[in-house]
Amino acid sequence: MLSAQRRGARSPVQTPQRRPLTRRGYVLRIEAMIAYLLRRVPQGLLVVIGVTVIVFVLVHLLPGGPGALLGERATPQQIKVFLQANGYDKPIYQQYINYLRQLLHGDLGYSYQHNATVSSLLVQNLPKSALLVGLSYIVALAVAIPLGLLQALRRNRAVDYVLTGLSLVGYSMPVFWIALVLISLFAINYNILPPVGPSGATVSEVVNQPANLVLPVLTLSIVTVAQFSRFVRSSAIDVLVQDYVRTARSKGISEWHVLSRHVLRNSLLPIITLIGLSLPGTLSGAVVTESVFNYPGMGLLFWNAAAAHDIPVLLGFTLVVSVSVVVGSIVADVLYAVCDPRIR
Amino acid sequence: MKRDNKIGSTKIGEFGIRAEALPDSAPPEVDDSAPHEAAAPASLARTFLHNRMGAIGLVLLIGVALFSFLGPHLYQTNQINTNIAEAHLAPSWQHPLGTDQVGYDILGRLMVAGQSSLIVGFSAAILASFLGTLWGAIAGYCGGWVDAVMMRVVDSFLSIPPLLLALVLASVYKPTIPVLIVVLALLSWLVTARVVRGEALSLRVRDFVRAARFFGSRERYIVRRHILPNIIGSIAVLVTLSAADAILLLAALSYLGLGPPPPAANWGEMLANGLNYAFDGFWWLVYPAGILIVVTVVAINLIGDALREAFDVRLQQR
Repeated sequence: MLSAQRRGARSPVQTPQRRPLTRRGYVLRIEAMIAYLLRRVPQGLLVVIGVTVIVFVLVHLLPGGPGALLGERATPQQIKVFLQANGYDKPIYQQYINYLRQLLHGDLGYSYQHNATVSSLLVQNLPKSALLVGLSYIVALAVAIPLGLLQALRRNRAVDYVLTGLSLVGYSMPVFWIALVLISLFAINYNILPPVGPSGATVSEVVNQPANLVLPVLTLSIVTVAQFSRFVRSSAIDVLVQDYVRTARSKGISEWHVLSRHVLRNSLLPIITLIGLSLPGTLSGAVVTESVFNYPGMGLLFWNAAAAHDIPVLLGFTLVVSVSVVVGSIVADVLYAVCDPRIR
Repeated sequence: MKRDNKIGSTKIGEFGIRAEALPDSAPPEVDDSAPHEAAAPASLARTFLHNRMGAIGLVLLIGVALFSFLGPHLYQTNQINTNIAEAHLAPSWQHPLGTDQVGYDILGRLMVAGQSSLIVGFSAAILASFLGTLWGAIAGYCGGWVDAVMMRVVDSFLSIPPLLLALVLASVYKPTIPVLIVVLALLSWLVTARVVRGEALSLRVRDFVRAARFFGSRERYIVRRHILPNIIGSIAVLVTLSAADAILLLAALSYLGLGPPPPAANWGEMLANGLNYAFDGFWWLVYPAGILIVVTVVAINLIGDALREAFDVRLQQR
């Protein structure tokens, strides 16, 4: 609550004025946007470089050093040849520069388990995970926003307590248990949905099995709903006590209008940031969800790689997923700035 | 007030894993409207207990801890040797919660498993907050480029999904309990670092700290008397919340087969194992372990919420 309270205390008292955008105003806005981007993108780049350093260090922390990339059954002779061929005998800074150069060429390593390049595996699997995560965000937002708003309006009443309790339990249940509860409910007891995720190599194949998509998406959204509804609730409570809401009410505007125009808009703004920030957690949930439902995305592949010690896949995926998290957070920040003219 | 300051520094993970759970780590915002003298311990305890949910959480957690640590002394079972002859027994007088597929007594196993779940969760959380406080305090205190570099490191770690990093580490190193404590701590020190750094930065320029400095107080006195009491609340809240997250993450790792190997047990592993038989009607393999995880995590969260309210003076006045 602390954070929300402070943010509430800090935000200005007026609702952003909606003025008609003159051509001049529009240009100013774009200029401000570009200035903001120029500040924000370099920061993101630094973080991306930080991620590459972490993954690079991980390679060298492997028991047995970078030779472990070849797998457990490689002979010392093979490892020696591999180390020399890939420049792992050079000074460490040169190795890092080499590593960056490889990355820039899209070379993420080679999976000996799948006998394919890591980047080809990524191209195949990442879109399917993106579909799963994207759909579950849509479902989660569609449920969490009305719930959170309802809780804020009925603050400290029975409805609020029940929903708060439910979301706390939802947050506290291990994801794989939620998945299994859903399976036993919908697939075993009522037998209306298939208990496994869709199969197929491409996104379109996956989309063509909507019934199989329901349970994985539902599983992943339940966790997210639990988090988001709490956040919408506290954010809306902050907005409800603001002076501009009181002003709007005292002007005699209908309650519906106050809620939709003033409360909802202002309390949804932080959600944009929250989506960006919740990405790492949701992607963690996706790994578990995919392995429960045998959903053919990057989470399943990642899990199999972890079990098989397929280190190039682990490191390559970690890198790409983390970089997409950074990009996601920049996009979220920029969207926030677009939606809220007070920032910038 | 510099508005643009906010988003400029609203980097990844300002809210960490748990959105509203965390104090804002925005940089210096001088706001002296609220009382800053840290509340006396007695009144803190009163506020905490006044919050009924917090008291319930505390009672639940103490109950779970007693069950795990005192229970094995009262109810002795063999949790080392397997006994196939007694596998998959339904609850009876001899085995109040039945046995699992290799003949371990479930009630006794829940106690032993609880020990490692609680130890791993809380050790990881305490280690993480120690590391995070140190990191954040140094960054916030030094400011300038030291701060910038240290915070980019935190940002980079924060953008790696926690389960991915945990899987990599658990796959590479043998997942024993000490290794898992370190791995889980490595995943949760970041939010603490960010929060402590933000608070240190903003406290440094508050009027009451400036005044203390003006009156000739020494740095050490200021840190002990003004900075620490104001940060300690956030740290306490973060320790509880990251303990809850660590227990859940341990459960996820165990489900994925990268938890501590048997005969060591934890609730997540028991639940994951029970789910293999979920459709055979062996409910005693699933529900006791699952419910213990949920009860513990809910209890810790309730305590965290109550702590947050106890420490945040402004919230009480509303």
